[in-house]
Amino acid sequence: MAKPTDDHEISRRELLEGAGATLAAVATVSALEAQPAAAQSVTTNDTVPRTTIRVAVNGMRHRIEVEDRWTLAELLRDRLGLTGTKLGCERGECGACTVLLDGTPVYSCSHLAVWADGRSVQTVEGLARDGRLDPLQQTFAEHDAPQCGFCTSGQLMSARALLNANPHPTADDVRAAMAGNLCRCSNYNRYVEAILAAAASPRSRG
Amino acid sequence: MKSFTNANPRDVAHAVALSAQAHGANRSVSFAGGGSDLLALVKDRIVAPDVIVNLKTVKGLDQVAAAPGGLTVGALVTLDALDRHPVVRRDHAALAEAAGSVATPQIRNVGTIGGNICQRPWCWYYRNGFPCLKNGGNTCFSANGENQFHAIFGGGPSYIVHPSDTAPALVALDATFRVVGPAGERMVPAAEFFILPRDDAKRENVLAPDEILASVHVPAARRGTRSTYHKILDREAWTHAVVSAAIVLELEGGVCRLARIVLGGVAPVPWRVPEAERVLVGQRITPELAAQAGEAAVSGARPLAKNGYKVPLTRNLVRRTLVELAARA
Repeated sequence: MAKPTDDHEISRRELLEGAGATLAAVATVSALEAQPAAAQSVTTNDTVPRTTIRVAVNGMRHRIEVEDRWTLAELLRDRLGLTGTKLGCERGECGACTVLLDGTPVYSCSHLAVWADGRSVQTVEGLARDGRLDPLQQTFAEHDAPQCGFCTSGQLMSARALLNANPHPTADDVRAAMAGNLCRCSNYNRYVEAILAAAASPRSRG
Repeated sequence: MKSFTNANPRDVAHAVALSAQAHGANRSVSFAGGGSDLLALVKDRIVAPDVIVNLKTVKGLDQVAAAPGGLTVGALVTLDALDRHPVVRRDHAALAEAAGSVATPQIRNVGTIGGNICQRPWCWYYRNGFPCLKNGGNTCFSANGENQFHAIFGGGPSYIVHPSDTAPALVALDATFRVVGPAGERMVPAAEFFILPRDDAKRENVLAPDEILASVHVPAARRGTRSTYHKILDREAWTHAVVSAAIVLELEGGVCRLARIVLGGVAPVPWRVPEAERVLVGQRITPELAAQAGEAAVSGARPLAKNGYKVPLTRNLVRRTLVELAARA
């Protein structure tokens, strides 16, 4: 795994972004991969086409060169070191890789990194703030929702999107919103309980 | 994944031009709407594009425009947006219900109406790389193989079923598709967009290599019209229809003036059943009449060795959906 070599500096100015209430920090653009983007040609056979994109991840802005074939999950995990996002099936069939793209849950395994140009991504690493867990992380632990834990970060991101859009969901709302996240330990009822408990907690909008 | 160039077109004409340029340089091209289906196919080496033309950068293609004549839905409108759109829900419920029944929230958030209509079949032989008709071979392995999810209507030489939920709804709603290619654009009725394997087993629709589906026009609902989409799954979520039915009824004083019944999950194209529609026209829809229509709907079924269960499932789905729709206020 290549570690990012850039230094990020986050200013104090914070703003709420989009419906997802993703906290975005205005950061200096990283100097990573400073060479200009290769001109996009559809007629020549470059060995590995690359494109420089700008993407905000957990409020940190990156200007970064990606291979056109990289998925968003590959960018997050292999390039930015954010391995909290898990790859299960790699086919949009399990939900472990769920992240929020402009506040909306998507499968990061099924979305190219280059398509995230100009957009904002939130991963499980962006949930805790100032050393305090997101209420969902707290209630997930309290209700023993994670068993093996592999699906948990994806479950958290779908649940966060749900509570951002609907702070007081019914159990049926939760089941509908979580239908795209499998748990092979089959602990679905605990996930529903934990999400309802987080919605009822005073800090529900994490 | 195989390496490829991602190309971001400005508009529909540019997308078509990029595709034509790439083909001119002997490079293979795929169009991406939401991209979920395409990337899975690339990872599994079922398709191997040198260039992906990313339609997400085409401006204005993600809009629903309502006019007196009907709705124009850009091909990039997501399934989630369609499911939530107030005019679609009110006037064309079958389309909203079909869009809302697709896969999962994550897929509906990126999946587009154009991509849902144009997605490739989900036959396990095709998706697992068997050298079948869809993969350029000369055999349909499902014909005498594991065919429990395959066609009971319109099969041969390939027995795939068309996987789209929105396609049967759009045929039932009498939609028209705007197709744009290097020679300009053409309007294709939804019912004529899909093609049977006996006409061309390698593809599922009339799109030529450099053509894209740019938008969908749904004519304004006539007075007394109601519609719905019912889908039977082998689990609660995240899969394609085993059988589905999109039904549009025009009722006047309780009497059926027009019926369009289009089945999904049972044929290589959205499968209209005029035999069942004829049972209804001029009649009041009672449970007995709905049962007759269900019988008529499966009168032409030709099940394979392992999918005979789809026949009663289809018959009962048509009956139940008609009863439910006729009772709607």
